[in-house]
Amino acid sequence: MLTLTCPCCGVTAEETEFSPGGEAHLKRFGPGSSDQEYEAYMFNRKNPRGVHFERWRHAYGCGKWFLAARCTMTLEVFGTYAAQTLEPPAEIVAKIKDRHPGWEGYS
Amino acid sequence: MSDMLNSALPGAGFAGFVTVNEAGLRGMITLRGDLSSPVLAGVLKDAMGLDMPAQRRVTQAGTAFAAWMSPDELLLMLPYDQAGAMAQKLAGALAGEFATVANVSDARAVFTLQGAAVFDALAKICPVDFSDFAEGDIRRTRAAQVAAALWVSGADQVTLVCFRSVAQYMFDLLCAAAAPGSEPALYA
Ligand SMILES: [Zn+2]
Repeated sequence: MLTLTCPCCGVTAEETEFSPGGEAHLKRFGPGSSDQEYEAYMFNRKNPRGVHFERWRHAYGCGKWFLAARCTMTLEVFGTYAAQTLEPPAEIVAKIKDRHPGWEGYS
Repeated sequence: MSDMLNSALPGAGFAGFVTVNEAGLRGMITLRGDLSSPVLAGVLKDAMGLDMPAQRRVTQAGTAFAAWMSPDELLLMLPYDQAGAMAQKLAGALAGEFATVANVSDARAVFTLQGAAVFDALAKICPVDFSDFAEGDIRRTRAAQVAAALWVSGADQVTLVCFRSVAQYMFDLLCAAAAPGSEPALYA
């Protein structure tokens, strides 16, 4: 079971109270970008077996979006943080490295 | 004709291992804005006598209640026949502020659940750990397939708010969860 803590309202609940929103920290490529950049933005996803960063919405709760860092293998959650964050926060990166010394890091 | 001046399921009740009653019409106003704004807090105090609730808490002043629904949303509860005028009063007082006021009384249904094992009944249908749920707390979640707000409104009492359109579903669900002999004995 995946258990998440919503950073917007402080509630800890299992995943059926939330809606998944796909990969986090995507950079948007819109008008003026190359076909390759636009295709990558639209379709290419990391889909890793292991450490992953995702968007979630507290759909049945406060209704807010937030971001989560978790392991797709074990469902261990390293932390949740504000949706208005452009890259994984340092303390969450440190926690992941502690748990997964071989992790290649966020790129 | 539709029965607009009645609540969703007038008089509906069930006596199981907790009692379930449809609570009748209740005035409800959604107030959205910056909850940390002193202007918002001042208007709430002046118009309704209510203190700004802390995260996931409910404050009371007489027959009025303010419930924390999200970082930018309050649910104000008051007698049904006062909601329209109060919504107008709040909207007037907040004119020019980054805030919205809406009378949502007729969009909702309210149920009162009473009994020592009230969390046992709700645990069957809500993905919630009720062990640290205290009087004056409010929690939005789902009850089976529909959204619900749960408020510990008294001793062994939970007030449940849902959309009016799912009132019959909610009532049937609550009755099944409270069926005599089906106590999970998790909390009581
Ligand atoms: Zn939340």
